[in-house]
Amino acid sequence: MGLDFSIVPKYMDVILLGCAWTIGITVAAALLSFFGGIVFAVIALYGPWLLRQPFRLFAWLFMGTPLLLQLFLIYFGLVQIGIDLPAFVAGIIGLGLHFAVYNSELIQTAILAVDKGQMEAARTLGLSRGEALRKVVIPQAVRAVLPPIGNNMIALLKDSALVSVIGVSELTLSAQRVIGKTYRPFEFYLLAAACYYVINLGMEWVQRRIERRISISR
Amino acid sequence: MDFELMLKVYPFFLEAAWLTILLSVLTAILGLTCGALGAAARLSRFRTLRFIGAAYVSVIRGTPALIQLFILYFGGPQIGIQLDAFEAGVIGLGVNAGAYMTETIRGAIITIDKGQGEAARTLGLSQWQAMYKVILPQSARLMIRPLGVNINALIKATALVAAISVVELTYTAQRYIGSTYKPFEMFLLAGILYMIIIYVAGRGIAWLDRKAQIT
Amino acid sequence: MTDTSDFVRIEHAQKSFGKLEVLKDISLTVERGQIVAIIGPSGSGKSTLLRAINDLDALTGGEIWLDGVQVNKTLPHRQYEKHINEMRQQIGMVFQHFNLFPHLTVRENVTMAPMLLKDLSKAEANKLAEEQLDHVGMLERIEYYPSQLSGGQKQRVAIARALAMKPKLMLFDEATSALDPELVDEVNQVMKKLAEDHMTMIIVTHEMDFAAAVCDRVLFMDQGVVVEEGPPEVVFKNPVKDRTREFLRKHIEGAK
Repeated sequence: MGLDFSIVPKYMDVILLGCAWTIGITVAAALLSFFGGIVFAVIALYGPWLLRQPFRLFAWLFMGTPLLLQLFLIYFGLVQIGIDLPAFVAGIIGLGLHFAVYNSELIQTAILAVDKGQMEAARTLGLSRGEALRKVVIPQAVRAVLPPIGNNMIALLKDSALVSVIGVSELTLSAQRVIGKTYRPFEFYLLAAACYYVINLGMEWVQRRIERRISISR
Repeated sequence: MDFELMLKVYPFFLEAAWLTILLSVLTAILGLTCGALGAAARLSRFRTLRFIGAAYVSVIRGTPALIQLFILYFGGPQIGIQLDAFEAGVIGLGVNAGAYMTETIRGAIITIDKGQGEAARTLGLSQWQAMYKVILPQSARLMIRPLGVNINALIKATALVAAISVVELTYTAQRYIGSTYKPFEMFLLAGILYMIIIYVAGRGIAWLDRKAQIT
Repeated sequence: MTDTSDFVRIEHAQKSFGKLEVLKDISLTVERGQIVAIIGPSGSGKSTLLRAINDLDALTGGEIWLDGVQVNKTLPHRQYEKHINEMRQQIGMVFQHFNLFPHLTVRENVTMAPMLLKDLSKAEANKLAEEQLDHVGMLERIEYYPSQLSGGQKQRVAIARALAMKPKLMLFDEATSALDPELVDEVNQVMKKLAEDHMTMIIVTHEMDFAAAVCDRVLFMDQGVVVEEGPPEVVFKNPVKDRTREFLRKHIEGAK
């Protein structure tokens, strides 16, 4: 069939809209995974037994199985229990939870690393355990693991392609739709790949800037 | 929880698990090969090869594996590459894993003290002899564990081929979710099998690692 | 080159990193069996000069000759590799940080290169290793791994490893600088023994006493040039140049 890129400009708007969705989903899921990661880390380390044990099971399941399988569970599972969410919300929840578990692992290690002396210092100042955690320990821990969390978020961008499988019209599904009309898979998947690559470069740039700023304030 | 249903369908999951294992093994072999070649290219004294290695790593790691798979499987025929879904899956995932392994292998090689290579060269060993007699045996020990992390990720990544209709575990789970409306049960069935595969692979790697550290 | 009294000949050696000149036009000859010490402050270029002799650090100008053969010939890459590997087999080198191969036993450290490059059988290589290790007093540790040895022991094995290639020339790059003081002597004893066997040696060192006792000539280097050279009695006792005197004074004070 050969290649023909002349057809690309005609569908550029669809692809660009797909890019916007991909960026939006990535940012939303990244935020969810960031704050979710902190919450999970606190539950895993300080939560009551009744909360800690089910959480550990959940984390273990989510780290040991493929994201795509988890997306199916969340998308169809929510429908099953009567919560009918738009696909993109299910996608954000799925991506967000998956990466929250990974972020939580990082944050837990970091909390344990800063905990002792800092916690004692904060407690002697009269802060409660919760306050000391919130104001002293967690900010330091999160700062320490921002670079690997940043890597997780860049991985999240690429894994966001998976939500196309549950019908979220992000970049990958947009490309697929255009291909359905044009029968030009090579051209449009390549274009989609190029878009991901550029977004990826952008995220790496932001990551470097944030890291530089943080290395100053540490 | 519908255990009766789970008992009824689990043979199909078991069968699918074998395909996931086969995919994982083939992908790991191809990935390690690409990783070794990629690392060799990145450490080459030829600029062109270094550039090719760096571009390979950057492009593959900078784009989704799913898209890479789609380009190969759906786009391949346009440039004369006809592959069935399984072949496309192995090649696509293998080349993808290879980019991550390139960095793992390269990292393990460049952390070996510069003095080791110098001492070998001083004795009159060629660059290649210094590499395979002195550097590689030492870096091999360092790379087993991080390569294990790569392989763990690769096993989970085999789920992507469900999107091109290879009947492995995730595809099977998806199909049974669709026909039974029991997402949690099906997830559990597939999930347990994934974790068994990952656990066994992890034990194998830990065993290798222990063996390598003894001397 | 037929004049073998110039066993090692360095002609107009020059090395620069961008604008920084590390070696500025150094010429030097060493006769067969001579032992030459190079002293000087850190950053003087003495290690760079030593590492240029076996082309670990390539010169940017000048020539290195060993026994009538130019070491740093201009050749196409592939041929040069072959040539330099042959040259290096004739030039033993001992490093500050020993650089023993940690994944190999003492025996394997010594036998690897002879088996690989001189086609010795395993039995021949083992015999050779035993001889060389006996020479440096390390025979009883032959089955140990480097991590089980002290620094001094490691360095003695490293010397045996170099000697097993039957080199014509030995280079020592601050061989005792990384050692605890009480371990320095055992390595010095081995080097003295080599001197008695008339091995040609070039030694970069901080140890003036050792240099005075063992060496035929001493070179004082500073800022990429040879400031002064001569027999140790002269350089250490009656240096001509102010810079030499200054360095020795500081060094002796530093040692106390």
